Amino acid sequence: MDAVVSQSPSESQNSQRNRSPKRNSQNYGATSTRSTDVPGTSTAENSSERRRRRNHPPTPDGGGGGREDEEGLKYGAQHVIKLFTPVSLCMLVVVATINTVRFYSTKDVYLLYTPFHEKSPDPGTKFWNALANSLILMSVIVVMTIFLIFLYKKRFYKVIHGWLILSSFMLLYIFSYLYLEELLRAYNIPMDYPTSILIMWNFGVAGMIAIHWKGPLRLQQAYLIFVAALMALVFIKYLPEWTTWAVLAVISIWDLVAVLSPKGPLRILVETAQERNEQIFPALIYSSAVLYTYMGVNLETQERSGSVGSNALPDNDQSGTASTSDGTGAEAEGTPLVNYNSQRHGISNIFILTFCFCFVFVFLLFKYFVIFVLFYLILFSTAAGFTQEWQSAPSDRITRRQIEVQANDANNPSQYRTVTTDNVPDPAFQPSEEERGIKLGLGDFIFYSVLVGKASSYGDWNTTIACFLAILIGLCLTLLLLAVCRKALPALPISITFGLIFCFATNAVIKPFTEELSSRQIFI
Amino acid sequence: MTVAEFFGCTFLVFGPVLSMFILTLANDPIRIIIFIAAAFFWLLSLLVSSLIWFLLSPLFDALIVGVVVSVICQEAARYLVFELLRRTETGLLEFTDNNSIIQNKHILAYVSGLGFGTSSGIFILTNVLADMVGPATYGLNIDESQIFPKNNFFLISSALTLAIVLLNTFWNIILFDGCKHSNYKKIVYVIFTHFFVSLISLLNQQGYHVITLTAVYLSTIVTGTITYKTVGGSLQNFTKFITCK
Repeated sequence: MDAVVSQSPSESQNSQRNRSPKRNSQNYGATSTRSTDVPGTSTAENSSERRRRRNHPPTPDGGGGGREDEEGLKYGAQHVIKLFTPVSLCMLVVVATINTVRFYSTKDVYLLYTPFHEKSPDPGTKFWNALANSLILMSVIVVMTIFLIFLYKKRFYKVIHGWLILSSFMLLYIFSYLYLEELLRAYNIPMDYPTSILIMWNFGVAGMIAIHWKGPLRLQQAYLIFVAALMALVFIKYLPEWTTWAVLAVISIWDLVAVLSPKGPLRILVETAQERNEQIFPALIYSSAVLYTYMGVNLETQERSGSVGSNALPDNDQSGTASTSDGTGAEAEGTPLVNYNSQRHGISNIFILTFCFCFVFVFLLFKYFVIFVLFYLILFSTAAGFTQEWQSAPSDRITRRQIEVQANDANNPSQYRTVTTDNVPDPAFQPSEEERGIKLGLGDFIFYSVLVGKASSYGDWNTTIACFLAILIGLCLTLLLLAVCRKALPALPISITFGLIFCFATNAVIKPFTEELSSRQIFI
Repeated sequence: MTVAEFFGCTFLVFGPVLSMFILTLANDPIRIIIFIAAAFFWLLSLLVSSLIWFLLSPLFDALIVGVVVSVICQEAARYLVFELLRRTETGLLEFTDNNSIIQNKHILAYVSGLGFGTSSGIFILTNVLADMVGPATYGLNIDESQIFPKNNFFLISSALTLAIVLLNTFWNIILFDGCKHSNYKKIVYVIFTHFFVSLISLLNQQGYHVITLTAVYLSTIVTGTITYKTVGGSLQNFTKFITCK
């Protein structure tokens, strides 16, 4: 749903401010968290914090800062690509499945959230049905967000954590089993129950371990992508035709509003968290950092050692003070960026969570068992992706930090030596590594894939490819905009708008043209 | 035959692109981004031209108009990419360790040209390729007297698409060079050959595949040679390369 791309405050140094926006842009490790609500809330404080940080350049000498900037830029381009790869892979899985497994492109059962099934042939009626369906979905989400805030205020943390584990468990077993079943059916492969149970057992256990405990990075990434793809497939399967489009549009609009409007329920949540001087749901915290895993690819070997140190992460107790108080320079510098980052992630997770809540809630109301399980799974798949990060990310970060510290040591020995010795990350330094990456929430993966998968269900490859290109370009533009605006931005609106425009335009206009051309063998 | 044909035709067209991509682009993120952006610009030009065709087609068989408009749009898009890259040149430097991308202007031209070509190849051919996989396609006009007696539709389409992909890359390099040095001869040459290639492919409907193939491949070779000279190659270089000196 909502992805926020937020620019990393990272590096910053005074020198940077004077440069052209373009240049700044690359510094980011832009973060996109997918919680809708997050963005709006976090934006303000992020920017203020960033400003503060910029005013008090952490690095003693401007020259060093400049260099770090440029390195950040280079990293920027790299991370864009590292973002493209998983997004493309996820879309590939979805498109391949849609094109080979009939099950996911045929409509028979619908979710309870979409009571209008668009059976009428009249486009006007269909339009209203779709709009009503998507609005129902949206309002459920809003209600559940408020419910979640209530839960948080009452400190029901355990409920939330238990839920996450349970959800990823169900997702990995039941969704995957359904997928396997349909895959086998599509290829007409017979398989006995013992074999399939063995496969499912191993698959699920490996997934649970990789997601909630530890495992090879590649494995985690593969599970994440697979889970996002499954979720997208379920959306494609169980939402009526027009409703899918309406949901995509409404969600990106909502994303936009949630990010840019100053007030939102999640903002209250963040403020509460700050008052309490604590993180929001520590277990969920790094959830949106899907990309962290990607960034950490090279560090795989060090991950183990890093994970040992994960407890050493500075606690975020200071975060509250840092963001609430006007903060002298020292204070701002003293606040590890992790805090505000983690809060943002936390929020995004919360959004996901609310989403899950809504689904389950509604299901309980209607007691529709089969669909219930399905939806349950859907929601959880998202949640599952998130939880995984929570384990892997801290260690990644630490290792990365260590590596960078060492690297920087080599460059400017005087500057960062302290960092390595104390094991307390120098705040000045931390931001850059923290944010150098671009993070994209699993929710973005899912909705991008829904769009592309839906486009490919019409059987025209040009539409699929046009959507794919449009989404990638939208992502690029979002990142560019991020550099210019230097505040949290939603990742969905631009990409989804482009995707929708190109999907319909290709279907209506380009497709007949290219078909005409290729059937007559005319080359342009 | 269907699957074999699919793979054959796919790699006939996209094999060269794939190898170029892997060898020259894959290691540099900024090049991949430019590649994708160029592909997107090609898509935009296709959108504009098909929109015009779409509006005109109820009135008459506007395919020729569509082709002409599309050539104009593509060249306009090419120039747009050139302007865009020229203006963001300094910004690009920040992205990459690799100064060669700025120092050797032809790299940018080549990368965006490859994006253009790939995009056009994909949009022209993917649906044809998808039909190729099977189970069967009927209704194709296969004239036994032609030079490729069977299945010539697919093979000819793929061969021509390959030429278009390569030509787009060449054109981009030549046009960028022409624009940079205000060398109008090169600009005119690019536009002229593009019109020539597109319009001569209209003959395919009448079954003159031999003429089309010959003409298109001849222009590909000529354009390739001009490109080679543009980027600083010469006969001497070439013989040295061939004889491994």
